[in-house]
Amino acid sequence: MITQHIYFAVLFPLIGFLINGLIGYKIKNEKVIGWIGSGFVGLSFLVSLLSFFEVTGLNVAERKIIVPIFQWISIESFNVSFAYLVDPLSLVLALVVTGVGFLIHVYSIGYMQGDKGFWRFFAYLNLFIFMMMNLVLADNFVLMFLGWEGVGLCSYLLIGFWYDRKFNGSTTADAAKKAFIVNRIGDFGFLLGMFLIYKTFGSLNFNEVFTIAEKVPLPEATATLITLLLFLGATGKSAQIPLYVWLPDAMAGPTPVSALIHAATMVTAGVYMVSRASVLFVQSEITMMVIAAIGAATAIFAASMGLVQNDIKKILAYSTISQLGYMFLAAGVGAFTASIFHLMTHAFFKALLFLGAGSVIHALHEEQNIKNMGGLKNHLPVTYKTFLIASLAIAGIPPLSGFFSKDEILWETFAHGHSFLFVIGLITAFMTAFYVFRLFNLTFENKSRYPSHIHPHESPKIMTIPLIILAILSIIGGFVGMPKVFVGESGNFFYNWLKPVYEPSETYLFNVPLYTHSTEIVLMIISVIVALSGIFLARYVYLENIKPIDWLVTKFGKLYNLLFNKYYVDKVYDLLFVEPIVKGSERILWKFSDVKLVDGFINSVGEFFIEIGGLIRKIQTGVTQFYALIMIFGIILIIFMLLI
Amino acid sequence: MIPLSFYLILSAAFFSIGVIGVLTRRNAIIVFMCIEMMLNAVNLSFIAFASFFGDSSGQVFVFFVMAVAAAEVAIGLAIIIALFRNKLTINIDEINILKW
Repeated sequence: MITQHIYFAVLFPLIGFLINGLIGYKIKNEKVIGWIGSGFVGLSFLVSLLSFFEVTGLNVAERKIIVPIFQWISIESFNVSFAYLVDPLSLVLALVVTGVGFLIHVYSIGYMQGDKGFWRFFAYLNLFIFMMMNLVLADNFVLMFLGWEGVGLCSYLLIGFWYDRKFNGSTTADAAKKAFIVNRIGDFGFLLGMFLIYKTFGSLNFNEVFTIAEKVPLPEATATLITLLLFLGATGKSAQIPLYVWLPDAMAGPTPVSALIHAATMVTAGVYMVSRASVLFVQSEITMMVIAAIGAATAIFAASMGLVQNDIKKILAYSTISQLGYMFLAAGVGAFTASIFHLMTHAFFKALLFLGAGSVIHALHEEQNIKNMGGLKNHLPVTYKTFLIASLAIAGIPPLSGFFSKDEILWETFAHGHSFLFVIGLITAFMTAFYVFRLFNLTFENKSRYPSHIHPHESPKIMTIPLIILAILSIIGGFVGMPKVFVGESGNFFYNWLKPVYEPSETYLFNVPLYTHSTEIVLMIISVIVALSGIFLARYVYLENIKPIDWLVTKFGKLYNLLFNKYYVDKVYDLLFVEPIVKGSERILWKFSDVKLVDGFINSVGEFFIEIGGLIRKIQTGVTQFYALIMIFGIILIIFMLLI
Repeated sequence: MIPLSFYLILSAAFFSIGVIGVLTRRNAIIVFMCIEMMLNAVNLSFIAFASFFGDSSGQVFVFFVMAVAAAEVAIGLAIIIALFRNKLTINIDEINILKW
């Protein structure tokens, strides 16, 4: 039973982290460091894969294995154990995290070549995988929170990895700080949600909480409060409105980090958490509406900002936010399977897009502005082809993976009667196709616009092979979750696989799909047409004829500026939150409270005694005979006292 | 036989003269001599008590006091010489740097 030893999947990256973190600086050979880091993640993937095969062999009812490790916290009735939960949902996540993680580790060996912090980079990446595995395999909220915070820490460390580089007019350290602080706000919600769960259920164990929640419906208000607080945590980690602002800045980190943490794995933790606690979430209609609305709003909002950005990684960052919005939209309408399905396919094609972008940036010597690219088609053939596949996948062209997952989300949204959100999703799909092909055309097609002294070369094999594997996954990844209209009820493996996880929550979902399968096909055709029109528009505007874009920019100058400046959200946040806090801290907390009150009190205590001492020291005249006189008076006094 | 109180009064008078000398005189050597006088006043009362009560332990104490006084004189005079070398004075009014 390898599943009973699933902790090896968690332990291996920790070993890698310890080796590279403690003695990595002594290892002079980068290949050794890189393969230690990658190898342990590969082993972890192997353990996950073997567990997966073992679990597939079990009966559906038995597919929930708890692996206790040790008792962690035990205070009277409050018990938290260090235990891992292996079920279909956590296995999917574990496979994605270690699988994609392994590929990105291997890619990093090539990408980070010659970096002075090479060992540090791999140590952090391994620590990240360790924390992420704790997050996805946790069997209680506390352990999940440990992983949740751990990945946040790794994200911070890796965003600020090049701490001495400039980024966006400040430093990468500022970007890292921003990510960390914004995440703290979300974590605050998560913590409060956890407290409330403990107060309501008397436990933080998934099994106990969800079993109770399944049998005894919660009061509406409690359910809403708990789930909204948890969702606040999810908006922080998964970069949703209103806490999405950190993700574009997180692009300050090295590109493999953006691919691993800020696209494929960590940012999906919020989606996973909502999915994991689905039985709580479905009990509050308000929360479900909020999640769906915020998901849809984030999707379209982020996609519109992605339309006009010029930094290759920022476009992909906004794209990630937008795709995460899709996942929450799916979760909000009750289609948790679709949301996890999109999480998986997105991990493949978005990791591929980021790694492809990394390859381009590498070839052009750290150039990230797509206006200075172009014509890389012939120089980077592998990157070009894999990037094209990923772009088609994210645009939603059948039969690539993105098509199936995105279509599933749109269909479920429509089927659950949210036609307005469906339209938003459709517009977002159009924007997605447009911005990704804008990026693609400006990068690979046309003539080159980079300086002539640069001669871009294809990246080494160690970087292109992960690209090819991810491209294959992006192509075939969708076939596990083919729409039921094509393959029947039993053909959708992904749905059947995750079904036992969501069975408890499905009893609470009242609105069953209202439409027939023919409607689904019509919607599918519509979404393909939308995607294709986005692609062709991008081709027309950026490839055939560059003029319309100038016309558009002049015609809708204000709108363009609004989008280009990201709706001024960063500025508004600065004005509303950052400035008051910084100023308030400086003026009230620092210069008044600390300097005047705290320091003032301490200093005046000192000054008081100095003053008293100053008075008393006058007695110390330096005249010996004066001392002797006082001594004699003292003795006489004592004698008198003794006599009386 | 002369009563004990006579010895004690003499001793007290000697002691008081020594105290006044210590407090009023400015010359360090004279102050020093006054301290010796106080010690000898005490010695006198010791002897008187020893003789009066027929107990020799008072006389033993006197020997101790004299031994200590001798050692004290050796150190005290050395200090006064060292003081004089540094300050060219033994007027204790002028040796008052140890103050606020």
